[in-house]
Amino acid sequence: MKSLLDPCCERCTHTAQTPCKDYVRCLTEGPICHDDEQCKAERQRLLAEIKTEKTSAKKAVLFCTGTGCASSGAHSLIDLMESELKKHGLENTFTTRPTGCHGFCEQGPIVIVEPDQTFYTHVTPEDIPEIVEKDLIQGERVERLLYVDPTSGEHATTYNNTPFYAKQNRIILHNCGHINPERIEEYFAQDGYKGFARAIQEMQPLEVIEEVKKSGLRGRGGAGFPTGLKWSFAQQAEGDKKYVICNADEGDPGAFMDRSVLEGDPHSVIEGMLIGAYAIGADEGYIYCRAEYPLAIKRLEIAIKQAQEVGLLGENILNSGFSFNLHVKAGAGAFVCGEETALMASIEGNRGMPKVRPPFPAQKGLWAKPTNNNNVETWSNVPHILRHGADWYAQYGTEKSKGTKIFALTGKLNNTGLVEVPMGMSLREIIFDIGGGVQNGKKFKAVQIGGPSGGCIPEEMLDLPVDFDTLVQAGAMVGSGGLVIMDEDTCMVDVARFFLNFTQKESCGKCTPCREGTKRMLEILTRITKGEGKEEDLVTLENLAHVVKNTSLCGLGQTAPNPVLATLKYFRHEYEAHIYDKQCPAHACSALLSYSIDADKCKKCGLCARNCPVSCISGDKNTPYQINTEACIKCGTCLDKCKFGAVVRA
Amino acid sequence: MEWITLTIDGRTVTVPKGTTVLEACRMNDIKIPTLCHDPELTPAGSCRLCVVEIEGMRNLPPSCVTQATQGMVVSTHNKKVREARKTILELLVANHPLDCMTCQKMGDCSLAEYAYEYEVTGSVFQGEKRQLPLDDSNPFILRDPNKCILCGKCVRVCEEIQGKSVLDFSFRGFNTQVGPAFNVPYSESECVFCGSCVAVCPVGALTEKEMKGKGRPWEVEKVQTTCPFCGTGCNFDLNVKDGKVIGVTSNPEAPVNGRHLCVKGRFGIDMVHSPNRITEPLIKKDGEFVPASWDEALDLVASKLGAAKDNYGADAIAILSSARCTNEENFLMQKLARAVIGTNNIDHCART
Ligand SMILES: Cc1cc2nc3c(=O)[nH]c(=O)nc-3n(C[C@H](O)[C@H](O)[C@H](O)COP(=O)(O)O)c2cc1C
Ligand code: SF4
Ligand code: SF4
Ligand code: SF4
Repeated sequence: MKSLLDPCCERCTHTAQTPCKDYVRCLTEGPICHDDEQCKAERQRLLAEIKTEKTSAKKAVLFCTGTGCASSGAHSLIDLMESELKKHGLENTFTTRPTGCHGFCEQGPIVIVEPDQTFYTHVTPEDIPEIVEKDLIQGERVERLLYVDPTSGEHATTYNNTPFYAKQNRIILHNCGHINPERIEEYFAQDGYKGFARAIQEMQPLEVIEEVKKSGLRGRGGAGFPTGLKWSFAQQAEGDKKYVICNADEGDPGAFMDRSVLEGDPHSVIEGMLIGAYAIGADEGYIYCRAEYPLAIKRLEIAIKQAQEVGLLGENILNSGFSFNLHVKAGAGAFVCGEETALMASIEGNRGMPKVRPPFPAQKGLWAKPTNNNNVETWSNVPHILRHGADWYAQYGTEKSKGTKIFALTGKLNNTGLVEVPMGMSLREIIFDIGGGVQNGKKFKAVQIGGPSGGCIPEEMLDLPVDFDTLVQAGAMVGSGGLVIMDEDTCMVDVARFFLNFTQKESCGKCTPCREGTKRMLEILTRITKGEGKEEDLVTLENLAHVVKNTSLCGLGQTAPNPVLATLKYFRHEYEAHIYDKQCPAHACSALLSYSIDADKCKKCGLCARNCPVSCISGDKNTPYQINTEACIKCGTCLDKCKFGAVVRA
Repeated sequence: MEWITLTIDGRTVTVPKGTTVLEACRMNDIKIPTLCHDPELTPAGSCRLCVVEIEGMRNLPPSCVTQATQGMVVSTHNKKVREARKTILELLVANHPLDCMTCQKMGDCSLAEYAYEYEVTGSVFQGEKRQLPLDDSNPFILRDPNKCILCGKCVRVCEEIQGKSVLDFSFRGFNTQVGPAFNVPYSESECVFCGSCVAVCPVGALTEKEMKGKGRPWEVEKVQTTCPFCGTGCNFDLNVKDGKVIGVTSNPEAPVNGRHLCVKGRFGIDMVHSPNRITEPLIKKDGEFVPASWDEALDLVASKLGAAKDNYGADAIAILSSARCTNEENFLMQKLARAVIGTNNIDHCART
């Protein structure tokens, strides 16, 4: 028996063709069908090795091979490590393991030595021999590669010790960065497929739905719709053919939690879908995955193939009579294809355009059959609920928003990346305790939550608990969970313009208010940032925003005005400064800036002139330097270069 | 039938279950503007002009795709609703060439009608307008994508009624267009030029090329007639100006075909005024056709048929009629054969 998947002896007969109901338990607690201490011991030894427990003879060096680390060279690090291990004759003591993403991508490539959890960051090929000689052979940590906390300046020895991870509660991301996502046995070793096994062996479909309802799980795709309730609609719908869909289109700029789950733990999504399909009565499913996520698609395909091989996908799964087939469909490359009716049109081979509801997908979805669609993160919550029970799950989160949520922290803060925290944690804790606060000691200004459908939240509201309902009241939304942190140098009008530019380009063009209205809103915002705003613009903008919100067909148009309405609510003075005073308070809108040189302060060194990319600064040893404002492109280089503070920006 | 009662603008109305709010309004003479709605086509709910306010519902739902329910309270013309509609019209007009004076559709354009009703000024949203090339590639249909309001009716009629699926949306956002795949001209597409798309277009984006410049809707007299091209019996309206047929438009009331026609009926009627048409009887004398009077011509036919019957018997004569004739004409022809000549040898060209 070489792998967990191999039969322990000839008494084990499980194959995909001869399914066995105890298969999942057998792998980790087994064998079940016969009593044999040797078979049992052999399984436990393999499990310890896979999990790299302290008792295990073999240690492991983990390499993140998520999209971020892979693009900074993680794969060549693995090759190098393997040849180094061979060189030192260590190939039987240490294994290398490619894993999914740790969420701390800016520190990549990340390497972890297990079981000690030593956490190395920014690893380069030159560092590999040192890691081998110092850490693996001598058992001493390579100090210079450890993560340094920017606030305390201290080294973090294990990843659990870094402030970035210490305050997180990684349930969904638990396996990401730790198991090899291309090996199903590693998922089994982490109790994988036990939730599904429990569902089909011990529960009726309706009981499964009740369990999910009781857990309080709400959809992670944006709107927070109660998942159990949604399943019950599709379960009740008449029809001999039903579908389940996993929405993996992840279109929000800056969000990448779904990608990380798919790349790092694809089986958790498959297991969630199996449970959902069983509960609803579906026998076929689709994962609609962004085409821009080739690695996620590849890992899903591998995972599906492996699940088929062991008989967890296909006909008569685990001899239960339940059958389920799963396909991956690459997305069509439009943000709107994430909207579920457009997504279904796209799977059917049509242009991805949303449709009016009713009929709802639960009645007439994919190919007019009852269909249930959930987001990647929603699906991957489900196995945990079935594995540990609804009550266990419901201990996390707030009264109405249960469980944890993954957020993508980006923008001007120290620690960017993916963080998973219990619902209800305050924005302040997420941004300052986990995110390490604003970069370069600048002042915090606002955080944009929920991407282009969300809104921004100012400093005074940072103590708000992050849950579905509180954020909507504040004019933002959890959305996909993108958090963009903005500092004092960010112009809020420009932020609104940025998001409107996105939604306008991505509008499918079907309905008038969204297609034409976002265009006019964008024109007004652009005008304001250029200093060409008119008196009546704010009223026109606000009225139009409300009409687009109230009359658009799908969520894209209905939420597109949110970034505008939220900035108008909390940062109206910035709009007014642009329109009436022709000034950008954040000094970000280049059209409203002017640079000049204070002749009294100018030491005539000429540094500014030498660095100006368009050579529009003139002067010499005897004449103070001067900027030709006509030619100036307002890049700000002179301001950064001058050591004497002589360059003035107004 | 089950009935439900709801309140629209303070009035209590009763309608059959399964009625949409729009239908309920129209049954009760409450005017609701629509651009993308068409009772014959799948509802799209996309122009958003028919929005109303309904108690307990969020946002402003479009009446065309909202089912009326028992006890529903609907407001169709309050300030919020009217302002939303006006804004939507302003948005459409802001991206529409305002060359109505030379537009073929003037006088029959839904956008113009509603813009007038809602006092749209066209000046609220000044900005970029589309500048797309005309499709002048074929003899029948003129497509001006700049005038298109993207209601999608042409897309649906071509797919759902004509079964050709030539048209669809392309591009996104402000650049969205409707047209044949890959944006090729109509002439290079699979189009069969049935003109159904022209018949449903609410604006001047799709017009009959032949009619361009020949008359405006209010100048023409519409004369309902049966298509002379085949025996199906399609009806349509001849558009007659100053005693001349300038073109054909659909007549939604046409019993056989509704608004739908084929290329011949809709676009082939210019033969009416063709100089090549035979307008009087011709008799061949010395190998040449010579104009004759109706009396002379009919006398000649009668005497020749009589002679044939006398010499060889009635069954020596056969009459072949045309599938292009109307039923009534074919009926008369068989009367002529059976009752007058006395033979059953009567047939027509399409009976194979
Ligand atoms: C424009 C638009 C884009 C969307 N994109 C996504 C997406 O990328 N991923 C996703 O899960 N849901 C997306 N949604 C939400 C889906 O329509 C749907 O509500 C969601 O997948 C339901 O899953 P849940 O119940 O698990 O949240 C989008 C919605 C809109 C309106
Ligand atoms: S709101 Fe925008 S994206 Fe949604 S249907 Fe309308 S045009 Fe398309
Ligand atoms: S003329 Fe007929 S076939 Fe051609 S695009 Fe229009 S509806 Fe389709
Ligand atoms: S061409 Fe006419 S019918 Fe077709 S989408 Fe445009 S406006 Fe509507």
